[in-house]
Amino acid sequence: MSHVKYIDKTREYYLGQGYEKPYEWAHFDEVPFARLDKPLSEARLSLVSTSDITVRGVGDVDDHAEQLFVGNVYSIAADTPLDQLYSRQEHYDKYATTLDDVDSYFPISRLHEAAAEGRIGSVAPRLHGVFTAYSHRRTLTVDGPEVLRRCREDGVDAVILTPV
Amino acid sequence: MSLVARYLEENGIPTVLIANARDIVEYCGVPRLVFVDYPLGNPCGRPFEVKEQRQIFALALDQLENATAPRSTVQAPLQWPGGDAWKRLIFSAEQPFLEGEVYDDWINAKKRYKELKDAGKV
Repeated sequence: MSHVKYIDKTREYYLGQGYEKPYEWAHFDEVPFARLDKPLSEARLSLVSTSDITVRGVGDVDDHAEQLFVGNVYSIAADTPLDQLYSRQEHYDKYATTLDDVDSYFPISRLHEAAAEGRIGSVAPRLHGVFTAYSHRRTLTVDGPEVLRRCREDGVDAVILTPV
Repeated sequence: MSLVARYLEENGIPTVLIANARDIVEYCGVPRLVFVDYPLGNPCGRPFEVKEQRQIFALALDQLENATAPRSTVQAPLQWPGGDAWKRLIFSAEQPFLEGEVYDDWINAKKRYKELKDAGKV
């Protein structure tokens, strides 16, 4: 069976639920491309995810609901122990799977392994979470630039992104 | 997430997405994608299956090294165990994507967003 057509599925699903206007997924004809300008074994990598990755006991829970639609960028220390991390994300296929293993959507252990093995140069000091903004404009004018700023501050050469 | 990848790439930082929703990512258009044909929530491999998580992560690193043009998609050679029923059932009446408290949370967040938007705060 071929891959799920989520754009079609969600359109039908939400029309069936009484929404009149389907969500407009972002679409571009042109796609940018940047090459890695050094060997991967010398490159510093970071992670960015919409998996709602959270450090236990930290985080402004009060405005969580708000951030889900407004958008926001936050960072976690890359050396945060795995057992201190979890996801508050509710938008996943809960019938088929779980978010019980952080590494299944935020591959922090795999990233550290790659650095330990010398496959990559190093892990950036900060990894990043982004709340999926409802507004594409917000992502392109506020959150995108903020992720870029933090990556540049940390000397990041390449980024792995994991949408959930 | 695709929009952030594009923004970083436009500003000189190479990126690779590891994702479950191939159509959404490719419709947007990103430089590099590792597509994992698994249910939403596990782009980087099944929970606690370290071996396959390493396999998927290695594909992402390979993409950073080897892709020569945008819209480079590599599919992980993996199948979700137990068949394809999840593909039919996702976003179906039998298995509502959001229900109960989770649905209420989503509606409340939407309302709050609308209030903020109407007040000119977002």
